Amino acid sequence: MRIFFVVFIFLISCSGKDDTASKVDIFSQQGILLLGNGTEPSGIDPHIVTGVPEHKILLALLEGLVIFNPKNNGVLPGVASDWGISKDGLIYTFTFNPDAKWTNGEIVKPEHFVYSWERILSPELGAQYADMLYVVKNAESFHKGKIKDFNQVGVSAFENKLVVTLENPTPYFLNILTHYSTWPVHPETVEKFGGMTSRNNQWTRVNNFIGNGPFKLDSWEINKSLKVSRNDLYWGNDTNKINGIEFLPIDNELTQDRLFRSGGIHLANTVPTEKIKRYREERPNQLIEHNYFGTYYYRINTNKYPLNDVNFRRALSLSIDRDLIVKSILKGNQKVSYSFTPPDENSYNPNTKLEFNPAKAKLLLKESGYDTNNLPLEVLYNTSEGHQKIAQAIQEMWKKYLGLNVVLTNVDWKVYLARETQGEFDISRAGWIGDYPDPFTFLDMMVTDRGNNKTGWSNSSYDEILNNAASKISTKQRYELYEEAEKILIDELPVIPLYTYTRTYLLSERVQNWQNNILDTNPYQFLSLE
Amino acid sequence: MIQLILKRLFTYIPVLLVVVIITFLMIHAAPGGPFDAERVASPEIIEKLNEAYNLDKPIHVQIYNYLFNAIQGDFGPSFKYPGRTVTELIMSGLPTTIELAIYSIFFAIFLGVISGLVASLNPGKILDIVPMSISLLGICIPSIILGPVLVLIFGIWYEVLPVYGWGDNPGDKILPTITLGTAYAAIFARLTRGGMLEILGQDYIRTARAKGLSEIRIVIVHALRGGILPVISFLGPAIAGLLAGSFVVETIFQINGVGRFYVQAAFNRDYTMILGTSILFTFMTLTFVLISDIVASFLNPTLRDSGGLE
Repeated sequence: MRIFFVVFIFLISCSGKDDTASKVDIFSQQGILLLGNGTEPSGIDPHIVTGVPEHKILLALLEGLVIFNPKNNGVLPGVASDWGISKDGLIYTFTFNPDAKWTNGEIVKPEHFVYSWERILSPELGAQYADMLYVVKNAESFHKGKIKDFNQVGVSAFENKLVVTLENPTPYFLNILTHYSTWPVHPETVEKFGGMTSRNNQWTRVNNFIGNGPFKLDSWEINKSLKVSRNDLYWGNDTNKINGIEFLPIDNELTQDRLFRSGGIHLANTVPTEKIKRYREERPNQLIEHNYFGTYYYRINTNKYPLNDVNFRRALSLSIDRDLIVKSILKGNQKVSYSFTPPDENSYNPNTKLEFNPAKAKLLLKESGYDTNNLPLEVLYNTSEGHQKIAQAIQEMWKKYLGLNVVLTNVDWKVYLARETQGEFDISRAGWIGDYPDPFTFLDMMVTDRGNNKTGWSNSSYDEILNNAASKISTKQRYELYEEAEKILIDELPVIPLYTYTRTYLLSERVQNWQNNILDTNPYQFLSLE
Repeated sequence: MIQLILKRLFTYIPVLLVVVIITFLMIHAAPGGPFDAERVASPEIIEKLNEAYNLDKPIHVQIYNYLFNAIQGDFGPSFKYPGRTVTELIMSGLPTTIELAIYSIFFAIFLGVISGLVASLNPGKILDIVPMSISLLGICIPSIILGPVLVLIFGIWYEVLPVYGWGDNPGDKILPTITLGTAYAAIFARLTRGGMLEILGQDYIRTARAKGLSEIRIVIVHALRGGILPVISFLGPAIAGLLAGSFVVETIFQINGVGRFYVQAAFNRDYTMILGTSILFTFMTLTFVLISDIVASFLNPTLRDSGGLE
């Protein structure tokens, strides 16, 4: 025992730090960002991946026609230095920046985007985000194999211009282009390492990767780190103050928290819920909390009795005390939901209400004629302490105010998804994060038979209003129609919104120019380190 | 001896075959598939994906194809990490996991055997009670608690050791090694104590004492050889357990080992990865048990004849 102690002390003395400068201090001086990035990325092919960690990495490695503007959720010139929109809002002409280059020195050409869009829309690739481009003329038909000739799809290259024809005027089309699924890949590299539609393509390997983003790929060690460094050929280098980024795949939020506290990373992308309150006092300058473009809601299977009765659904919603859930359970500054789409005071702010009124709920339950002695309803959620706490609270509220018997079922993630998709549930917890800053990314989901509807709910007026909105060029007119649709949704409640997500994370004070925006996206070339 | 080893190696084949088939059937019976996602893909896409990964074929054909390829060393592409093969992913983490397991086992043997020895030489005294009580604590504290506590003390309060990584910063291997090895050190301590007490009571030890040999010589040369046998027998399962249990430590310390794949693959329904890691851990368990049997039979000749390897 004594020997062990001596050895241990010796080891510690060997490994002790020489000075007090943390890793973050040292790397900040070198201009290198250290980011906690959640799980190991499943890949970095923009046409195959689907997750947030992947997005954060692609933001460094590739660039689309436009860049997300972190200050106002709009767009800034990217590969396209300029663009024009036809009067009917159907044709977009993008003029390419002659300085936009691939990391091998080649100029990024409009043809590369035509190739890239053909790639993601090819059914053989099995891209799960291909529907982002369905707004482009004939893109959906091509993706579903109804037309075979890609020339019929509304995208073509002309000299240094890319001409895109849309199905409908889609004023948020430029916002869609900030999504990585629309970003380009280097055609020759993709062809060389597997071909356009191969999922087993090797082009994303470190030695093969050709990108056009502000950074180039340096190394990628699985479950350890992915490192990128400044791309000297990037057109916007004049303002880029970051020399490199190290993405650390840390899926355990406690590990990430410890790493942040010990000065190992600039950003811990999540904070353990139980520590939020303490950090508000201890680390007010590091704890960041802001609205996120996402809604936490309960999904109702409207094909089942008694959930097919609108009064029953209303009774469920009226007997939920959302304030209590947000203040006593979540405690993370989340906002109570009054609509399905997260509201934005400066743009889409629907005038819908979701009140807490147990007396009214009781009356509606009576009206629905439901006998509370029936078999209990089931609330399905994927295993997570957070979901469980909310489900337990709601279970109690429904019991207390309506006398309903509810059982809670937690299952693992994949079982949960399978049961939801197959309609094997009564009520299930759900969440949705918008892909681009437009209400359509939420409202479209509830159109009849959409894959993500999953409630069985169908309302022809709702479908028609959304269809109508698609042809409106004026944002005001469109938002008015969206609000009408939103009212139908909140009146019929195939989904019961509970709260709007908040992003909570820890950010080192050394990171400058960070913008708190609803998509939680900060292109790295706009940041700097102190 | 060689014949016996070959015979044991031959039994790997049916064991692995059964493991593959049972795993295959179990993962296909589990609800949810590799392509289920919150953002539902259209049926056309799912169909294309199933086609791309041969999941559209009948299950017996899938098993046959898998075995046929696996025999040739091809464990298929990962479903979760497109463009990467299972072999490649496993190989990316295996050396680290093995290194972690080796350090932990040495740490466990070193600490466990010494404290077991000390305890056995002082039965009932303070030097017996204290190490044995600590070892009981070591067995009881799971690594998921011990790891973060060590990190808090040495990484965050005293800032003497790194809180994450493996081989990136000086000293970053110490805490993971201790975290993973402690429970086994505790078991080894108790096994050593038990084994030693039994041996120390034997006639030949009394004879050695009567001959006037020094206590150190008696313990090291005569007693330890037999007393440590339970430890040796337990080494095989212990190493296999360390490898499989490295998941928790790898997660706490952000180590890029293979243990994380083992668990994540099941959650992701990454069929080929589940099979690949199951085969790997089965193979390693069989091998380490075999090795510890061989070592034990060298230390104890009676095992050689009585079929310790059987």
